[in-house]
Amino acid sequence: MTTLSRTVGAPVNRVEGKAKVTGEARYAAEFPLTRLAYGWVVQATIARGRVLSVEEEAGMRMPGVLAVITHGNAPRLQVVDDGELLVLQDEQVHYRGQTVALVVASTLEQARAAADALRVSYAAEPHDVLLSADHPRLYAPDHVNPNYPTDTLTGDVEAGMARAEVTVDETYSTPAEHNNPMEPHSSTAQWDGDRLTVYDSNQGATRVHQQLAQVFGLDRSTVRVLSEHVGGGFGSKGSARPQTVLAAMAARMLDRPVRVTLSRQQQFSMVGYRTPTIQRVRLGADRSGRLAALDHEVFEQTSTLYEFAEQTALFSRVMYATPNLRTRHRLVALDVPTPRWMRAPGEAPGSFALESAMDELAEACAVDPIELRVRNDAAVEPEGGRPFSSRNLVACLSEGASRFGWADRDPRPATRRDGRWLIGTGVAASTYPARSAPSTASVSAEANGAFVVRVTAADIGTGARTALTQVAADELGVPLERVDVRIGDSDYGPAMIAGGSMGMASWSWAVVKACRQLRADIDEHGGVPDGGLVARADTADDIAAQANLARHGFGAQFAEVRVDVDTGEIRVPRLLGVFAVGRIINAKTARSQLIGGMTWGLSMALFEESVMDAEFGDYLNHDLAGYHVAANADVQGIDVSWLDEHDDQLNPLGVKGIGEIGIVGTAAAIANAVYHATGHRQRHLPIRPDRVLSP
Amino acid sequence: MREFGYERPTQPTDALAILGRTSGARYLGGGTNLVDLMKLGVETPSVLVDVTALPYDVIEEAPGGGLRVGSCVRNSDLAANLAVRRRYPVLAHAVLAGASGQLRNMATVGGNLLQRTRCSYFQDVTKPCNKRVPGSGCPAREGEHHNLAMFGASQHCIATHPSDMAVALAALDAVVHVSEPAGPREVPLADFYRLPGDEPQRETTLDPGALITAVELPALPLAANSRYRKARERASYAFAIGSVAAALDVADGVVRDVRLALGAVAPVPWRAHLAEQALRGGPATEHAFREAADAELAGAQPLRDNRYKVPLVRNLIVRTLSDLVDAS
Ligand SMILES: Cc1cc2nc3c(=O)[nH]c(=O)nc-3n(C[C@H](O)[C@H](O)[C@H](O)COP(=O)(O)OP(=O)(O)OC[C@H]3O[C@@H](n4cnc5c(N)ncnc54)[C@H](O)[C@@H]3O)c2cc1C
Ligand code: SF4
Repeated sequence: MTTLSRTVGAPVNRVEGKAKVTGEARYAAEFPLTRLAYGWVVQATIARGRVLSVEEEAGMRMPGVLAVITHGNAPRLQVVDDGELLVLQDEQVHYRGQTVALVVASTLEQARAAADALRVSYAAEPHDVLLSADHPRLYAPDHVNPNYPTDTLTGDVEAGMARAEVTVDETYSTPAEHNNPMEPHSSTAQWDGDRLTVYDSNQGATRVHQQLAQVFGLDRSTVRVLSEHVGGGFGSKGSARPQTVLAAMAARMLDRPVRVTLSRQQQFSMVGYRTPTIQRVRLGADRSGRLAALDHEVFEQTSTLYEFAEQTALFSRVMYATPNLRTRHRLVALDVPTPRWMRAPGEAPGSFALESAMDELAEACAVDPIELRVRNDAAVEPEGGRPFSSRNLVACLSEGASRFGWADRDPRPATRRDGRWLIGTGVAASTYPARSAPSTASVSAEANGAFVVRVTAADIGTGARTALTQVAADELGVPLERVDVRIGDSDYGPAMIAGGSMGMASWSWAVVKACRQLRADIDEHGGVPDGGLVARADTADDIAAQANLARHGFGAQFAEVRVDVDTGEIRVPRLLGVFAVGRIINAKTARSQLIGGMTWGLSMALFEESVMDAEFGDYLNHDLAGYHVAANADVQGIDVSWLDEHDDQLNPLGVKGIGEIGIVGTAAAIANAVYHATGHRQRHLPIRPDRVLSP
Repeated sequence: MREFGYERPTQPTDALAILGRTSGARYLGGGTNLVDLMKLGVETPSVLVDVTALPYDVIEEAPGGGLRVGSCVRNSDLAANLAVRRRYPVLAHAVLAGASGQLRNMATVGGNLLQRTRCSYFQDVTKPCNKRVPGSGCPAREGEHHNLAMFGASQHCIATHPSDMAVALAALDAVVHVSEPAGPREVPLADFYRLPGDEPQRETTLDPGALITAVELPALPLAANSRYRKARERASYAFAIGSVAAALDVADGVVRDVRLALGAVAPVPWRAHLAEQALRGGPATEHAFREAADAELAGAQPLRDNRYKVPLVRNLIVRTLSDLVDAS
């Protein structure tokens, strides 16, 4: 069969763009339902201990209140491994902000007023909320997210370090950071007998529907999760969050639809965040910068409810050739909310540490930082030795160097000045795994000439719906207008979430396969019969049959910074990212994804920091006035480009996934540029003015 | 949020009367601070008396050569006013350095003066805070205080006043006009705010129910050479971590007169009298500016995590005054 490539690669506008800007597109909290009631979450005000009592009766007397649900009257749930979903099952408090009650009322305002007035008494116990590298309860988890080994060792790191002519041994740290999608987490649940329908804001309806079926002990076929439009997730909507279970629980108890939407403040404790990390990196090299040893040890936190172990050192298993390589993760379960996925979990903080250390090594060896990375480029995956399906890091670095104007760079720190500004430039490498996961899709040929694709994909603002429309149109050999891609409905069959940068690589595979099947069926029928035709595809077998290769995207990040000598304020006039990420399906939405990722990296480098309050055990700055994300004025020039990379060992389209790689390495490039500007190494993020002023 | 009443009188006497007879009634300007605090449960007014229909929305010439700014003038309109920009540029700079375009379009002059601290404990009703619940304690002292006060604080409270506009007004010797139940009163900005002492819940010297009607900017020729410099943790839409409002009159290399006020360092906009004294009549050099800054900063009492404000403020003072010398 021939494939006409007509729209893949083109900068096609979002197919749902008009619906979004006119308000026609409905988000989870916007579906009107009759007899809809509203739930408001009451959160624990202690970080550890027990709920002694909840004054339910007083709550019930508040205007409009329909129910006060607590561990005392909540229905029992089926035990699942994600303890955050087992809401209101006992009196234990595992962190400040955990759900201790849900107040349901006829209006949102009544629910919130009653929730605010609800009296809860506690028996508090001393809490432990601060991560440290010498915490007595550190342990090695069984694996790190999602299923990588906790520790790896190749060769002998101590021997390599002992032989090295130049060494770097430094500790880097990153703070807790919160995802903060624009659309709050929201779920609206409705029961019809034993059938449950939930309008939910998530990154994958399949997973949420499976989790709901498990937790309520239902057959999957009786649960339907709808998430047609989603306003961002960044990992925090990758699986069901407590509000989904609460809405379904309350709707069942009251026998009417119930909506639970979280406030911005509540999202700072209930839906996940990036763990803080403490990372010790040791590098040993010969005088020319060739690595003799790389040791990356990570300390991070999880909660006492659910173990989440961020794969922070994974980055070091992929990047540089060295005979002696060790990576380790140690975790401590604190009385804190459960950390979860946040955009590029692992690679984002891990790259800050290793790529900063590489900059330090470059200086120690007096080798240009790009040349250092080229000298240490890996022919096979450093940990495990698998061949790469493709690896174009060096090409990204050299393309970036010429676009950025790196050649004339004077490596000496603190020597460029423009008035009150110190100026510096920095570089860092980037990588992200390119994986595909089993998915199903169907495509139907309608009698009227239209084609309808159904796949439980999620478009969290990425442009996935549009890209899938392009993929299907090309496979079917029809113009875009004849293809209608429907997503975000668990009834369409299982599919991967929008996560791990795997969405497009997974869904497009299933869509391509279904479209090819449909074309074959149409040929066989000699056209579309009156009743139409449907083809279904499942990629599980195809993915299981893939060769055992190391599949990753690569990139190079460049930054120019200006540091105000008086105030320590930092501006980033230029960021440049060059990526080798396989085939680009939509040049416009892809560019937006990469720009968005780099903006996140900038924000991580300079602003984002959730401050843990030791006394009370919560993240203090829990709103967007206190938790700073980059504002428009902070984003000056971001230039993005990609190499024309063809990798036929990935998936039918050769897609690597671009959702996360943009953030990887950005913070290190900026920190390295700040060093180049000021002569002071910033090993702790974010690089706030006070930290620049008092280094 | 609790239920509340809403009134929008057009006569000042009606506004005062409603506040006089209704316990828990509060004035509402643009609502950009009060409504946020209501959502958080920090403020629980019974009735909101919207002041924006009162006849206080004009900027006019004042007797004596100053300007009189109505209390309901929106922050955006204040910053855009030509007379303000020419005669008091520091004020336009300060207003534009605050918040965001949308917020400034709503925010009023009166509301800006009375906005509450951004201390995170104050904004969280599940935690103690002497300012919100007198006697409950001040967790900020041991906890998060990297952007709290190093001047004028007390054992009981170390909050900062967050307004940029008020720092410029402090430098300009502005006078706040209020209507109180007892009658109208003119309160110099220097006497408008109070230091926390052992009553951090009392932030101004106003009587309960006082209505701000205007802010008067006295004639101040040196203010034509003035500017506001604000340091913050992102390029816009962030409160100051340190700021300087300065006006300078230099002739023949000598400081003839100067006004200097500091922001984000104290529970009130901090007029730097000691620095001003050190500067007046002295040489307009960086060295002298630094010594003057140090004279002021000698009185600073920074805490564990806000020591950086000492070099920050020193640099801001030196830089801003030097820039004013270059501009004059
Ligand atoms: C995210 C965010 C960022 C911000 N950043 C900054 C910043 O960088 N710099 C800065 O300076 N400000 C900043 N602000 C604060 C903003 O300037 C204030 O919220 C605003 O000026 C308040 O004015 P308002 O009219 O909305 O006041 P309101 O919220 O209406 O009222 C505030 C208080 O003033 C009282 N009040 C109002 N009018 C009168 C009157 N005429 N007489 C007596 N009492 C009155 C009210 O009762 C209330 O107590 C920010 C605000 C937000 C939300
Ligand atoms: S500094 Fe003031 S406002 Fe902040 S917690 Fe202490 S008493 Fe409350």
